[in-house]
Amino acid sequence: MVIVSKKVPVREQDPKVRATNFDEVCLGYSKEEAMQEAERCLNCKNPKCVSGCPVSIDIPGFIQEVKNGNIEQASKIIGEASALPAVCGRVCPQESQCEGKCIVGIKNEPVSIGKLERFVADWARENNIKPERPAKTNGHKVAVIGSGPSGLTCAGDLAKMGYEVTIFEALHEPGGVLVYGIPEFRLPKAGVVAPEIDNVKALGVEIETDVVIGKSITIDELLEEEGFEAVFIGSGAGLPMFMGIPGENANGVFSANEYLTRNNLMKAFDSKYATPIITGKKVAVVGGGNVAMDAARTALRLGAEVHVVYRRSESELPARVEEVHHAKEEGVIFDLLTNPVEILVDDNGWVKGMKCIRMELGEPDESGRRRPVEIAGSEFELELDTVIMSLGTSPNPLISSTTKGLDVNKRKCIIADETLGKTSKEGVYAGGDAVTGAATVILAMGAGRAGAKGIHEFLSSK
Amino acid sequence: MFEIVNARELTNNIYLMDVKAPRVAKSCEPGQFVIVIMDETGERVPLTICDYDRKAGTVTIVFQTIGASTQMMAKLKKGDSFKDFVGPLGCASELIEEDIESLKNKKILFVAGGVGTAPVYPQVKWLKEHGIDADVIVGAKTKDMLILEDEMRKAAGNLYITTDDGSYERKGMVTEVIKDLVQNQGIKYDCCIAIGPMIMMKFVCLLTKELDLPTIVSLNPIMVDGTGMCGACRVTVGDEVKFACVDGPEFDGHLVNFDEAMKRQQMYKSEEGREILKLQEGDTHHGGCGHCGGEK
Repeated sequence: MVIVSKKVPVREQDPKVRATNFDEVCLGYSKEEAMQEAERCLNCKNPKCVSGCPVSIDIPGFIQEVKNGNIEQASKIIGEASALPAVCGRVCPQESQCEGKCIVGIKNEPVSIGKLERFVADWARENNIKPERPAKTNGHKVAVIGSGPSGLTCAGDLAKMGYEVTIFEALHEPGGVLVYGIPEFRLPKAGVVAPEIDNVKALGVEIETDVVIGKSITIDELLEEEGFEAVFIGSGAGLPMFMGIPGENANGVFSANEYLTRNNLMKAFDSKYATPIITGKKVAVVGGGNVAMDAARTALRLGAEVHVVYRRSESELPARVEEVHHAKEEGVIFDLLTNPVEILVDDNGWVKGMKCIRMELGEPDESGRRRPVEIAGSEFELELDTVIMSLGTSPNPLISSTTKGLDVNKRKCIIADETLGKTSKEGVYAGGDAVTGAATVILAMGAGRAGAKGIHEFLSSK
Repeated sequence: MFEIVNARELTNNIYLMDVKAPRVAKSCEPGQFVIVIMDETGERVPLTICDYDRKAGTVTIVFQTIGASTQMMAKLKKGDSFKDFVGPLGCASELIEEDIESLKNKKILFVAGGVGTAPVYPQVKWLKEHGIDADVIVGAKTKDMLILEDEMRKAAGNLYITTDDGSYERKGMVTEVIKDLVQNQGIKYDCCIAIGPMIMMKFVCLLTKELDLPTIVSLNPIMVDGTGMCGACRVTVGDEVKFACVDGPEFDGHLVNFDEAMKRQQMYKSEEGREILKLQEGDTHHGGCGHCGGEK
């Protein structure tokens, strides 16, 4: 059998057009394209792709069904391992996970696993295929904190095992980072996220919004007063970090979290909504991760000239290759090997520019990446009216400071074991960004699955 | 949905509502705040808690109509609902964490300005319930703008009311009353809690610093989620940048950078102005300001 060397290309919105709208960039495969791409899968006996998947989807299994045109069966196979396939097909870093391990990828382009997963999930949604609710529950109540990727996954897995699960969400909409963080043009909210959350609810999971655990009610109260026998904490990343440089509190300096929350969760881009946003004419986004790319591409769509300011070079950018590629296509300017040293502020307290210094790469540091070093005397000024800081987050203390006997590490992240999500407190499990610090949707989902397994072992041995 | 079980206009443009929110009513303490969302397209509006009834499961909020969102909220009646009502958020007042016996030996002064009377009230009431009489200064622009007078009379030890225009009781700013009590009458206060407009808190703090009177203020900066996620509410306190929603809203007033905080409060002023215009002009609104793109 001869393998077609390249992936079946996926249709995308033209960069010039999409730079001015919030519609989805990638248009996905048709059934014919998906079946054609599925032909490229070798159906390996010892599939490396599965070991590359944090939730261990039976990848060759579902791809064989796609090859034969049995999309409903394919969706059932994916559904056994993942509660959010339409989300994962869009935002997983496949190049470093399943597709990174694909055997076909050694000599050719790997099988386009992510796009196939997305096709199957979208097809199932369009054809109204819903997961089946268990016939009856086992009578055990479990609370899940946070309705982001880890919480939804954990809740979905537990519900399938028969548990009565309630998710508590602090914000007014469920979805966590899928709703407040990742923009509409990468992950449509009404079209993709909401139906996947509905699928979790269809399994019997209840979601109570507007409950801030640690404030509205504590974990101890959930266990002692509300009859929950176990708790999974999937509360997410936390407080945005800033650089600590002069001028950072000026008007017009935002965290990426604020900028994205205003636009995504609060829908500032849509004039029907009351939320204000500063659009800016010339915007700098400081940082090089996926969140930075999201903020940059959002500012671009709101009409600004956008510069990504990053202290290392392009090859060290932590963002997915696809995101960087899309950002460039759309017209985002990359000022690499550049580091801000001061935000320049006008007499009214607004940003008027940013003083930066050029960097060069020195010896590798602890992370294995070459350390950026300042080039003496290379300071220069960028004229700007808006700065978006995208430097990561530090853990939110709300839960750890109000839960008796819950240990945190030096970085204030909750300590939980990787395979079962077990914390220092009996009956309390945790996973996702609250444990690891900011990471990816799929890693959080993997941790949600581990937590569900841990809780099931704990409650069934009681 | 969170039902409004009681709604009334306290005075011109200041409204009081009791909202059914059992989880919040059960766990809230004086000094904390809530976030309300009116409807599907509404903003997240932070409001301090004015009172609560744990048995009835209700929380009392007081707000002044400032932006488009609060103007819309003012139209809600008894029986209507807020789409969302989240809380309690922020830290409780430090007073309630203190040992009651040592608190009883303290002479406490509250300074409330305008709608800031609302968040002062639950603290004064809490102290009263624990057998402590605190002195309270309430400042209002005019007699018409004064709120919660009867409630405050019941809860406070001595109540001093002052109006900017002299239309009721004393005439002048709250700072003049503080000077009168401390310098003329020689009352020795151990601590002061001042809540009101940013500019009032700034001038109270300038004065109490001179008087060597430790002062706590409650800040109400712009915020989005109110749980520590967005960082919009950052304020400089001493050498540190704090998030008002998780570290506050109460801070040591002598360390707060009020000038920066006041500038930050203005951040969305022009956006808010446009929203109000849109609300007032209704269907006839077509942009025209050159910024909102309404003419595109």
